Amino acid sequence: MEVDKKEEIASDSSEQVVNPWEVSAKDGGKIDYDKLIDQFGCQRLDESLIDRVERLTSRQPHVFLRRGVFFAHRDFDLVLDAYERGDKFYLYTGRGPSSEALHLGHLIPFMFTKYLQEAFKVPLVIQLTDDEKCMWKNLSVEESQRLARENAKDIIACGFDVTKTFIFSDFDYVGGAFYKNMVKVAKCVTLNKAMGIFGFSGEDHIGKLSFPPVQAVPSFPSSFPHLFPGKDKLRCLIPCAIDQDPYFRMTRDVAPRLGYSKPALIESSFFPALQASGENGKMSASDPNSAIYVTDTAKDIKNKINRYAFSGGQDSIEKHREIGANLEVDIPVKYLSFFLEDDAELEHIKKEYGEGRMLTGEVKKRLTEVLTGMVERHRMARAAVTEEMVDAFMAVRPLPNMFE
Amino acid sequence: VCNYRIIFWIFQELQIDYSKYEHPPVLTVEEQAKYVSSSEGALSKNLFLKDKKNRYYIVSAMTDTKVDMKVLSQRLGLGKGGIRMAPEEALSELLQVSLGCVTPFAVVNESARDVSLLLDQKFKNQTRCIFHPLSNDVSVSLNTLGLDKFLQSIGRDSVYIDLEVNANPVVGKDQPPDLAVYVPSNSVVVPELPTKTASIQTASKNVSAEKTKPVASAKPSKLAGNGKSAVEDSALLVFKNPEKFVEEILDKTTALLLSEGKGENVEALAETFRKRLTSEFTHLAVMYKNTAYSQGFYAGTQSQPKRP
Repeated sequence: MEVDKKEEIASDSSEQVVNPWEVSAKDGGKIDYDKLIDQFGCQRLDESLIDRVERLTSRQPHVFLRRGVFFAHRDFDLVLDAYERGDKFYLYTGRGPSSEALHLGHLIPFMFTKYLQEAFKVPLVIQLTDDEKCMWKNLSVEESQRLARENAKDIIACGFDVTKTFIFSDFDYVGGAFYKNMVKVAKCVTLNKAMGIFGFSGEDHIGKLSFPPVQAVPSFPSSFPHLFPGKDKLRCLIPCAIDQDPYFRMTRDVAPRLGYSKPALIESSFFPALQASGENGKMSASDPNSAIYVTDTAKDIKNKINRYAFSGGQDSIEKHREIGANLEVDIPVKYLSFFLEDDAELEHIKKEYGEGRMLTGEVKKRLTEVLTGMVERHRMARAAVTEEMVDAFMAVRPLPNMFE
Repeated sequence: VCNYRIIFWIFQELQIDYSKYEHPPVLTVEEQAKYVSSSEGALSKNLFLKDKKNRYYIVSAMTDTKVDMKVLSQRLGLGKGGIRMAPEEALSELLQVSLGCVTPFAVVNESARDVSLLLDQKFKNQTRCIFHPLSNDVSVSLNTLGLDKFLQSIGRDSVYIDLEVNANPVVGKDQPPDLAVYVPSNSVVVPELPTKTASIQTASKNVSAEKTKPVASAKPSKLAGNGKSAVEDSALLVFKNPEKFVEEILDKTTALLLSEGKGENVEALAETFRKRLTSEFTHLAVMYKNTAYSQGFYAGTQSQPKRP
């Protein structure tokens, strides 16, 4: 689902820039998420919505909701209204398989989507945009298909239920009802509009131009006749990172014209790179030291955290004990706020560290424990994913128990 | 990592007499023999070994010396089957060399400080002996005096042993293990390589693995990824086998009970259990379900239609 960064789009450092190709803060500071919400016109995911989720699902909301990682939405309240009335929805998320190396930042939307599937007991479609990567990253068709299958294994390892999940790659699945919807969508978007939204120019090949409908139509249930026959009004909820918002604005614009419900969105902030100060840097799959990979050993994780994680601690122990750590820029605390489940423990760490009683080393040690545990569990689950299992997830088959 | 050039620098500093031969990378003694003739010196075979308590040994011997691992193990006081070839990751972690490159000179590395070096006594009778200086595209010949000087300069004793001693019995009441004194006092833990299919990180390290005799982990398997150890295979049974599944759940539950159960009231304990175990067990159960479904799905694709 990620679109390639385009460096030609000039970034004006006096304003923050957030779009599928570029993420940068104003004057090298922090991303202002409130401003972003205003700019994009989406809504904040406030306490009352989170409480509602807790009530409707009878379980504690996911750590990403509690900590404000998923913080914005479009029409999530309408989805909840419908759910309360007994009208279900389905989930749609995806990945652009450009590399075999998956890092923790990649897993976040999948971890959250898995929670949504379990909590709301709804089905899920996962799109692997191998065609997109073939076009943008200039991979061969075979290579992008291979990467798609490899990434599917890591995705499955996140714990999706095969009786409620359909994974598909564009090269395999595009055609039939899916393609019919693609053409319908394409007819609604002029070339000028596409160039405006996606920054295409006369130099780009026509493959790129024709791609956006591919990512749009999984939002429409009629694209999956084997899953949702006769359920044309079924709503769709899309968990994604906020830089994908422009993509889905186009889809939401087109939907009513085709007689479909607008897909709802639930959006996350960025997962910072290890070395990033503030929230300037996104993790980059091309710099192995900016991220923790699911293939990292316990030793690698420990090294990376110790050597590269940007610390908000003070230069000397005396100074640290006196004024405490700068929690705003401290990466280990940020990471813990994503992955440490226990709210009380996180609060304790923030208090002790922020007031200088806890040192950076201890925080890093705890983080290393948490991440190592996660990566270990992921590795075990990944090892259990067989080729047969991938085939099963990707088979075009009905899911009779999808709402149970 | 100790670059092999440092070996030559040490030779020069200590005025050790040596000859250097450069050739294409070689992984076996037979290959090495093609490029370095026996007139230059006696070729050596070098074994990197490990015992059950994670202690490591380099055994460097004349190519025609018979090294009986069972006997060696007993002489070290490790019992009959106490010693085996060290795994590949130990080679790179401890000796900082690749396959086909084991050499006495590897002990120059800090990482090899706890590795015991045992040299064939027969080297002493040779004018010169040939070893790799940490790289398998170079060979060096020198005499044992030079080797001793080298080892001494890095704080090591030269230990020469008669590898072909084969008393009967090897070790017994009147015959204590004569090499036991050379067992390292410290063990070393080398982290196991994780399961990797074709991850970018393995590329450079394992290049040499392709050329040698198959290393166990390279066997491709139809199910799951490549490179799984036997330990991991049995761990994956938890997703397929009901008994293992239940065992895993009970193991984790009882472990938590034992660590948290002291003095807690029962209600609080029950809460703790739910809080700490729900997510992990759900994940386990989902993978179990997925495995069962996939096996059924596969069976479905293979099944014959019912006879009319």
